[in-house]
Amino acid sequence: MPEATYLQAISDGLREEMRHDETVFCLGEDIGAFGGAFKVTDGFIEEFGTQRVWDTPLAEAAIIGTAVGAAVEGLRPVCEMQFADFIACGFDQLVNVAAKMHYRQGLAVPMTVRLPSGGGFSGGPFHSQNPEAWFLQAPGLKVVAPSTPADAKGLLAAAIQDPNPVVYLEHKHLYRRAKGEVPEGRYEIPLGKARLAREGADLTVIAYGAMVPLALEATDDLEGARIEVLDLRSLVPLDRDAVLASVRKTSKVVVRHEATRSCGVGAEVAALIAEEAFEDLDGPVVRVSAPDVPIPFSPPLERAVLPQVDDVKEACRELLAY
Amino acid sequence: MKTTTATSAVNGSSEPFTHAPPAASTEASQLTPADRTNLLHFMLLMRATEERALSLYRQGKVPGSFYDGRGQEAVSVGSAFALGPRDRACILHRDLGAHLIRGVEPGRVLAQMMGRAGGITGGREGNMHFGDHRLGCVGMVSMLPDMMPVACGLALAFQMRGEPRVAMTWCGEGSTANGQWHEAMNVAGVRRLPVVFVLENNQFAYSTPNDLEFAVDPVERAGAYGFAGVKVDGNDVEAVFAASAEACERARSGGGPTLIECETMRMHGHGAHDDMRYVPRELFEHWAARDPIDRYEARLREGGVDVDAMRAAVKKELDEATDWALAQDMPDPATATEGVFADSEPVLGDGRAPWSRWEEATHA
Repeated sequence: MPEATYLQAISDGLREEMRHDETVFCLGEDIGAFGGAFKVTDGFIEEFGTQRVWDTPLAEAAIIGTAVGAAVEGLRPVCEMQFADFIACGFDQLVNVAAKMHYRQGLAVPMTVRLPSGGGFSGGPFHSQNPEAWFLQAPGLKVVAPSTPADAKGLLAAAIQDPNPVVYLEHKHLYRRAKGEVPEGRYEIPLGKARLAREGADLTVIAYGAMVPLALEATDDLEGARIEVLDLRSLVPLDRDAVLASVRKTSKVVVRHEATRSCGVGAEVAALIAEEAFEDLDGPVVRVSAPDVPIPFSPPLERAVLPQVDDVKEACRELLAY
Repeated sequence: MKTTTATSAVNGSSEPFTHAPPAASTEASQLTPADRTNLLHFMLLMRATEERALSLYRQGKVPGSFYDGRGQEAVSVGSAFALGPRDRACILHRDLGAHLIRGVEPGRVLAQMMGRAGGITGGREGNMHFGDHRLGCVGMVSMLPDMMPVACGLALAFQMRGEPRVAMTWCGEGSTANGQWHEAMNVAGVRRLPVVFVLENNQFAYSTPNDLEFAVDPVERAGAYGFAGVKVDGNDVEAVFAASAEACERARSGGGPTLIECETMRMHGHGAHDDMRYVPRELFEHWAARDPIDRYEARLREGGVDVDAMRAAVKKELDEATDWALAQDMPDPATATEGVFADSEPVLGDGRAPWSRWEEATHA
């Protein structure tokens, strides 16, 4: 199996879907001639033409809204927000029009919105956010956040072929750092199925996206403790069974995400465990996340805000000793 | 038959369209006597349905508030009448006439407003917040003008597939102040999308009059976005139809979008809870003397149309529709959490297109 970066896997996955399904098309800012701010669609305009690779005006609501219309009319648009942060400008179309469409009037909206997310490179408050929790409060949206190149490709294919609007979070930190074997050809990884990134017995770290490799690194050698790492892969639907099964096995849980703390995925997972697996716990569910602040620009400030490897180590040590 | 020979962007085919529409006449005089009767019929049906719904509201049978399009019947009927069966529509809350033309039965509208299982959305939505997708309609949301970008997307699909079809949507003049209106106008202009924007200037955005809404007449903005804009008397159903038929033809033949500003007046409050105290009496009376139904009815009576018989038929239809709607069950509470996600992809169906020119196309 060939090795590829996370970025290459996303690009390959998108290209495979466009070759496989002529109803798939891309739209977004600077995705055509320039190949996208991160080059995910590099070379696409040459292969698929300007109709299927649409360099849109700088207008996120129009990008999302136009995709909604094209989707209900039988196409499968894949929108790129240049940065995940910019989804705020198209939020209304996503949460009010796309998300509620099927519940209100029985129409499917098979569209995907790609969100290059996450911080760690001095992007500042508007190029670093992890906005996934916004979408957990909008019933009708599916939300995925792959952590490996192979998952990135397979989850993207599943997102594009899903009959619902899917928010696809691709963490910028992983783009060129995450490398791994990626199957050739097209394949789908089903939405809503978590992945056991490492089996363990003493404690579970639950994470997704860029926090998975960091969780593996932080717990690789933790005084011999056998740490399980569960990669959620999908946040909606959440693989409740996988979460609860791991809790019942290890009885101790650290939930880690880069997004801010309050009402985040960690809070949701902790609440699920409290409701469904309280008797199985041997300690409090611990969250390791960014505090409730915007992501600052200057490197020492940003490092202070984003969860680091040592933060996870410390949280795990404390919980193991509980 | 007019054909266009653009190629399909999706499959690269250079085959000319095989389902081209008839050459649309932009002359309202091309309307047959039966078309004219139909125009009046749908305006009468819209008003009667809304009057019946308001009555049900006052009886406490319509939950929430109640919104209607009294005084604006010529806008929705005249514009939607120009659509072909395979065209698609995102219809606004003051445009019941467009739904009726596409084939929605008044009984289902009344059931919808009463939150019954037999309504178009089965109680998921109230008021005019619906679109029967089997009839090619995508229902509106409360945020205005959110359906403008969505209509652009429908039009984009037609354009990419090389189909001579039109997406039509409606907006109020109030929504022209919102950013999404401008994003949609810009995208439509840049892509020359086959979309028709019907702007209903009904003088007030809730209570806010035109002079507090904009400094430039909205129709002038069309030119600024690079496409055609026309202003018509929104209380003259044939004028609205003529402008709409021309706009649809322009869209179908690759000429791009059109903004049609229809000057009209909202003759009821924003909702049934609104006493309209902000509307100057003279303004109200000015428009009351220009009621679109009264005007068209007088004209057809002169031509020998038995309008009394039409009114009697509409009343009978509404009596039956009301009985049917009241007999519908309320939705089962156990279903409230169902259907958040789709597991299949129902396609938009075709709508009724009663304009005689479309009948010709259908039967050609």
